[in-house]
Amino acid sequence: MEQVLANGAYLGAQYALIALGLTLIFALMNVLNFAHGQMYVIGGFVTYTVYAQIGLPFVVGLAASAVTLAIVGALIEKFLFRPVIKKSVREESTMLLAAGIAFFLDAIILLVFGEKQRGVPKIINGVFNYNDFTMVMPYDKILVGFLAIASIIIFILYMQYSKTGRAMRALAQDKVAAQLMGVDVDKYSMIGFALGAMLAGVVGGLLVTVTGINLGMGGPTSIKAFMMVMIGGAGVISGAIAGGFILGMMEAVGLSVLAAYGDITYLAIFVSLMVFLAIRPQGLMGKPWG
Amino acid sequence: MFKRRNFIKSVAIVAMTTTSMLAAGLSGALAANEILKIGFVGVTSGPAAAWGISNARSMQARAAWINETGGVKIGDVTYDVEIVTFDDQKDPKRAIAGFEKMAQEGIHYVVGPNVDDGAAAVRPVAEQNNIIYFPYAFPKALYTAPASNAVLGMVANYQSGPAIYKYLMESKGVKKVAFVAANESDPLSQREGGVAAAKALGLDVVSDNVTYQVDTTDFTPVLTPVMRTKPDLLVLSGVAPANAPQLIRAARELGYQGLISTETAQDASVLQEGAGELANGFISVGGASTPEIATDAMKEFVDRYTKMFGEYNDESNTKVYALEYILETMKANPASKDDVAEFKKTIDTLSVPNIYMKGDAKLQYVGSTSFGQKRQLAVPMVVNEYKDGKFETLFIAQVD
Repeated sequence: MEQVLANGAYLGAQYALIALGLTLIFALMNVLNFAHGQMYVIGGFVTYTVYAQIGLPFVVGLAASAVTLAIVGALIEKFLFRPVIKKSVREESTMLLAAGIAFFLDAIILLVFGEKQRGVPKIINGVFNYNDFTMVMPYDKILVGFLAIASIIIFILYMQYSKTGRAMRALAQDKVAAQLMGVDVDKYSMIGFALGAMLAGVVGGLLVTVTGINLGMGGPTSIKAFMMVMIGGAGVISGAIAGGFILGMMEAVGLSVLAAYGDITYLAIFVSLMVFLAIRPQGLMGKPWG
Repeated sequence: MFKRRNFIKSVAIVAMTTTSMLAAGLSGALAANEILKIGFVGVTSGPAAAWGISNARSMQARAAWINETGGVKIGDVTYDVEIVTFDDQKDPKRAIAGFEKMAQEGIHYVVGPNVDDGAAAVRPVAEQNNIIYFPYAFPKALYTAPASNAVLGMVANYQSGPAIYKYLMESKGVKKVAFVAANESDPLSQREGGVAAAKALGLDVVSDNVTYQVDTTDFTPVLTPVMRTKPDLLVLSGVAPANAPQLIRAARELGYQGLISTETAQDASVLQEGAGELANGFISVGGASTPEIATDAMKEFVDRYTKMFGEYNDESNTKVYALEYILETMKANPASKDDVAEFKKTIDTLSVPNIYMKGDAKLQYVGSTSFGQKRQLAVPMVVNEYKDGKFETLFIAQVD
């Protein structure tokens, strides 16, 4: 049981960080960013290039991923989403745009980084072994888990206490009211999108040290992020964190308890999610009115 | 008016004649040889992209090499080889569309698809449109009569698996084996074949129902119940190169000290990056570039591939063979270029030197034992052990 809980806590931390960026973008702009997974993949490849290929310290690679994705996110918002949102009130326009960007980024990743799975040297060697393999956790996973939790805390503090964070929260709550109070919608939407993309880049950079990275990870990552956001409540930061930890724990418990019955863990998770959404469509912490 | 009409007509005739002459001259200058189109339909995007891309690139590298050295002579005509590729995205519906496209282009020889369901889906289209295809998929029904248009492009797991298990039983004393597979048709069918082979050899199968999603990012929860069964050998059935390092790493980090093997081809650089020294001892099936058997031609292929695409993929060792077989069969019987019935006749008799393998190895179709007819390429079955960034050959065998 200790191993299952440790697995769930680790998975939850990484999932929560993945979901944070997605839910931030949704909260600010009402955009379902289907390219979130691809941004995560680019983050992983940037860290791989800087840390494994160029040989600079891992922290530099992680920072490079964060900066690269922040720039990519800002550019995508300014030149793609902003004009579309201004010209079209139909939500499917931004959804189609997001899907198009996902395909585009996939093609770019293939061209620039190739088709192979990539990995980086372990940032810490060794395994934490509690009570003769009762619970085992490699030190690099423990570090990544703590870094993920630290990133989540920093993000929450930033959103809570910084001027930019307050402006973004105001935008998320009521765009018109925020505008009337002098909040620059364009500016803070761009910062929010950049921040969301940056979080995807950071988690990609963190996880490349544990799981590696490859071209095909973008789509499935987006799907899992959507699940977490739906569990927690779309556009709610605390909901995304809760959704991440819930999904991580469900996955860890399911893979352990249901192992004897074949691969039905995700079947069970999807069925539970359908039942849950039928009862509470707004998710755990979302509001029924959006 | 009359004069003006005549003038326009004259200008049009002159223009058309000039254009035709220019076009003829230009095409003559650009293409000294006629073009022979060979198709590729496989997965070159998404999680399994590495399989199809190594496939397509090995064909493109070989075609460029042939064209650079004057083309391929079939009968009295010399051709430049053009590879027409189609990404089926690992979707059987797209694979069918790809084969229909090949048929529209008059292509009779197609390499791919890369997976079982795609290979099964294209069978009717291939048979209706006289296409011989070379899948990297293992269902026996594709190669057993009445099916006759598919030729297996590699060694199947039910051929390599027993050889590996037997070797490990005899040399390493393996008694208990556990199987783990991705929850997809190919790995699951390979797991079934592996379990049957292991039981037939008298091995104790201690776990054979644990599976994982291909997008899994943490394999520790997946392998935790398997490790409790304490196997001597952990078989990663049909494991994709992207997942192999993570599975190996998770198993070792959970304290597993036994053997790990797979029946699929892997890439040494991917194992090195993803698992490092934890991958030492990992056993997989490789291609023909292993130093013990690689000829200068294989080394040149690897060199050209690397120059063309920036990085070599160890999976391409096996995948270079399909195009070679197609061209050698056509050379042996020029009528087979446009007539698949003639191609099938030549399948039974073809025997030409294998330029990629040392010794007196031949390019010849095999498969009589497994399929009752020759519907498999004779590629060397090289069983490798990974060690410190490289594959070392454990043993080499041939399939019939």
